[in-house]
Amino acid sequence: MSINLQALMAQLLVGLINGSFYALLSLGLAVIFGMLNIINFAHGAVYMMGAFCAYFLLNVMGIGYWPALIIAPIVVGIFGMILERTMLQWLAGLDHLYGLLLTFGMALIIQGVFQNYFGSSGLPYAIPAELQGGMNLGFMFLPIYRGWVVICSLIVCLATWFLIERTRLGANLRAATENPTLVRAFGINVPRMITLTYGLGVGLAALAGVLSAPINQVRPLMGADLIIVVFAVVVIGGMGSIMGSIITGFALGIVEGLTKYFYPEASNTVVFVLMVLVLLVKPSGLTGRTT
Amino acid sequence: MSDDTIPTARRPVRDEMIAFVIMTALLLVVPLTGVYPFFVMQGLCFALLACAFNLLIGYGGLLSFGHAMFLGTAGYVTAHALKVWGLSPELGILAGVAGAAALSVLTGLIAIRRQGIYFAMITLALSQLLYFVYLQTPFTHGEDGIQGIPQGLLFGFINLAKPITLYYVILTGFLFGFLVIYRAINSPFGEVLKAIRENEPRAVSLGYKTDQYKLLAYILSGTLAGFAGALKVFVAQNASLTDVHWSMSGEIVLMTLVGGLGTVFGPVVGAFVIIAMQQYLAGFGQWVTVIQGGIFVICVLTFRRGVIGEIAHYFKRSL
Repeated sequence: MSINLQALMAQLLVGLINGSFYALLSLGLAVIFGMLNIINFAHGAVYMMGAFCAYFLLNVMGIGYWPALIIAPIVVGIFGMILERTMLQWLAGLDHLYGLLLTFGMALIIQGVFQNYFGSSGLPYAIPAELQGGMNLGFMFLPIYRGWVVICSLIVCLATWFLIERTRLGANLRAATENPTLVRAFGINVPRMITLTYGLGVGLAALAGVLSAPINQVRPLMGADLIIVVFAVVVIGGMGSIMGSIITGFALGIVEGLTKYFYPEASNTVVFVLMVLVLLVKPSGLTGRTT
Repeated sequence: MSDDTIPTARRPVRDEMIAFVIMTALLLVVPLTGVYPFFVMQGLCFALLACAFNLLIGYGGLLSFGHAMFLGTAGYVTAHALKVWGLSPELGILAGVAGAAALSVLTGLIAIRRQGIYFAMITLALSQLLYFVYLQTPFTHGEDGIQGIPQGLLFGFINLAKPITLYYVILTGFLFGFLVIYRAINSPFGEVLKAIRENEPRAVSLGYKTDQYKLLAYILSGTLAGFAGALKVFVAQNASLTDVHWSMSGEIVLMTLVGGLGTVFGPVVGAFVIIAMQQYLAGFGQWVTVIQGGIFVICVLTFRRGVIGEIAHYFKRSL
């Protein structure tokens, strides 16, 4: 079988970009799960809100891509914190499954409202002028924006890892995950920390949304199917380790890209099939602890 | 689920008997009242589906977010058997149920390897996997679905094309499924299942092979959900991707939540509430989704016992 290097590289790049989104989203899910013990089903919906936020900033207020990259995650993060304060915090102490059901309901509301106003078709969002065009690397043509998405996500993922694993704030966070009562006794405001954590996780999803806006069109349901794939990523990687989520996210994106090249019919399903295989071989996930 | 919203008290059977007689009587006289029979038949199929789902979560504590896969699979197999193979209705139903049973064995063996939140995510991912498979395989006809399915003669002499006949056949199927579930939760098997839900390590220490019980509950639940899917083919006369989509799985969860998790009659009430809502709000487009989301939020925040659960709690009865 002859391999078309150009096409293979193009699919690998698409895979890396999807992997970036998987990594950013599963990272956020893992951070939220650690603190709140909730699987955030609304994660796909806030990803979509990030993209729409960038769209509004550009078309209503004339604010471009670069400020949107900062503003959209903050706006959506604040929205997330309001959700946490008004709804999610009341679930503390209840079975985990109620968190899943509540956030599923929130996702239906958010997606439904956007669908009512924007239908199901996509809205275009232009690539910023600085990142247009591409580079010829000899073996492949690299559109600059796509390269930027991969690098930007990687930096944000590593920064989040650093924040949680290597700073004092992160140490408090990890301590509060293990034993919130004791951490409160040290005078640390754990409920506020939980709110901020939810805001951080949601903000990461919104950032992924902004990054994806110029590639995938801005659609109300853009996050609805994605979140299910991200769930499979989380099952494969386990939620015990931050670095685990990042690596699994990127790796599965690459596998998906390769599948698109070698056996396109299975590209939708390959992540789920891998999930089945991992569950058969190592049920606790590749990096996770047993739950 | 191990909090106080699921009733654990001893079950006085008398109340449930009375409720069952009332329910059956109401359903028997429905066609005489002039209510749109298609609506009630659809409601009965979803009621059975929700009851099957409830067997797993209400008594086994396992939240499946992929129960639509059994509904859809049985629907496709039955539809294919009737239309392409030309099988009789009873054999078509049997084929659909067998398909769902086989699927529940396969997915059950995978899904029960994890619990709680992971179980929900895995079942959701598995059903999405199946959705993409059905999107691509030729026999499901992709986006079009299988349409114009002949209803035929059940056992060679019961004409299912006649709405009133079909209604009583569907009702019989529903009552059969309902009683199978009722029998299961009141059997020693059901008691062990509840013990696992309340405290799995303790059940293990008492010598129960909990994985086997959970798998059996999963298979029973999936198979009965498939039965509902097979019956639904005769009502809707089509089988489409909608029935395998994750939003359908969400609706099943919603019906059970509204009616009351872990109650015997809750899923039936919940199914009719949600189906009626969809019927009356059909003109509002996507606002239906928003309202469903709103009901989810309200139920989880303030109304975790559901309609029947609240009634039962108020009268200190088990329903």
